[in-house]
Amino acid sequence: MKVALIGMGSVGRGVAEMIAKKDLGLTITGIADSKSGLISDRGINIAKVLATKKKTGMCGDSTIPAIDVIKNADYDALIEVTPTNALSGEPATGYIKAALNRKKHVVTSNKGPVALHYKELKALAQKNGAAFRYEATVAGAIPIMHTLEHGLAGNEILALYGVLNGTCNYILNRMADEGLTYAQALMEARELGYAEADPTYDVQGIDAAIKLVILANTIWGNGVKLEDVDRTGIDLLTADALRLAEDEGCTIRLIAEACPRRNLFRVSPRIIEKSHPLVTQGTLNALTLETDMAKEITMIGRGAGSVETASAIIGDLLFIRDCYVQRA
Amino acid sequence: MQVSMKLEMKDSPGQLVAAIKPISDVGGNIIAVIHQREPDQDTDILDVQIVLELPEGRLEKLIVLLKEQGVHIQRIGEERLLYKRTVILIGHLMHTDLSDTVDQIDSTGYAEVCELSMSMPAVNERSSSRITIKALSKTDMESALAILRKVAKKKDLLMIEPLGEIA
Repeated sequence: MKVALIGMGSVGRGVAEMIAKKDLGLTITGIADSKSGLISDRGINIAKVLATKKKTGMCGDSTIPAIDVIKNADYDALIEVTPTNALSGEPATGYIKAALNRKKHVVTSNKGPVALHYKELKALAQKNGAAFRYEATVAGAIPIMHTLEHGLAGNEILALYGVLNGTCNYILNRMADEGLTYAQALMEARELGYAEADPTYDVQGIDAAIKLVILANTIWGNGVKLEDVDRTGIDLLTADALRLAEDEGCTIRLIAEACPRRNLFRVSPRIIEKSHPLVTQGTLNALTLETDMAKEITMIGRGAGSVETASAIIGDLLFIRDCYVQRA
Repeated sequence: MQVSMKLEMKDSPGQLVAAIKPISDVGGNIIAVIHQREPDQDTDILDVQIVLELPEGRLEKLIVLLKEQGVHIQRIGEERLLYKRTVILIGHLMHTDLSDTVDQIDSTGYAEVCELSMSMPAVNERSSSRITIKALSKTDMESALAILRKVAKKKDLLMIEPLGEIA
């Protein structure tokens, strides 16, 4: 199967490396970053492009913008892994639409377009007989979308709750384990590359809320938006609060929860028993689904990382190959 | 006076009514009835916990009447509040009148603050406290927490609630 890769950040490079390294039957025929693009219908030499990117900061020809690759390259599926813009969803949304309009399948790790334009993009994909998949947008390597769609097919999902932001989980772990203040733990998370220079998005629960919106729309198709999520971050927590929880055999975690029956969509720090399955170490994500037949299902795994995210994207690509491309 | 009783009776039709009738006979008022059926219990014995309000001096009479009905009283307790939840409050707790915050719960009549742990760092820094609330029933607990949420919002305190069952 031929794929075009748009976005050459950590996730894009991870995907390219895994396609080059593993014999997956995937050929990259188009590639682009924010400044350049490259098209080769016979297949791009990935190692060479990665080396060029490292050396020059560009993956191809500066006269070829990403949209040209999307509109002109010969591919079956577009891999859209540009940075998330939670407010506008651009330029990713435009890229995704352009590919779907060409009846190309789309796989994305980009939360902006899915959280903002879920219904529109799903409808556009259906109209064009193309797949639109976004496993990597929520909980990184955890195959939550595949589980919901296939493993738990026929189940009614009653509620879900989980730890969807690894940065907050790391900070809370360090505050609990070492008695660090919030500011100290945040600084440590930054040094380790777990937190952005501007951590607002993570620590105020916006990232977790966006993931909750994606899950809610996927499961219940209820059109929930970011502003419908009741949101409290972790930035006002004290080391003392963690210790007071600890005294009772508990700790504090940033929990995202959704229960449509109670019209509940909330991200907030919560007191939780230390033995609870959602209490995970480091940056690990965890998610519990409550269903009518299977009852509770909890999944734990890595929520971020270059190769971890590539795992989710490649899972989507191979699903498309098996279910759409081979049958055509 | 408020009394909580743990009763044991035959698990057969009419038994619960038989146990409850003497309460009204002595002028009592039932506040809560809680069945406690062990999941793997295959005996025909039913355990029921009852919280009631009794006019003073009627307890002895009630005990006699219950025994006559074949109800075994396992325990009579003063402890009337059955549901317990712990929350953490962070903020300027003293400057925002902590005793008023506690009083808002205590004055409900159905819930009260039974434990409070607090840490106060330097003056002007936010303090943290762990507050345990007891309430008569699940509904009362929800109402008490709703009051505390409102108070916390008004006083600009961060309230951290426990993760409960949500489905």
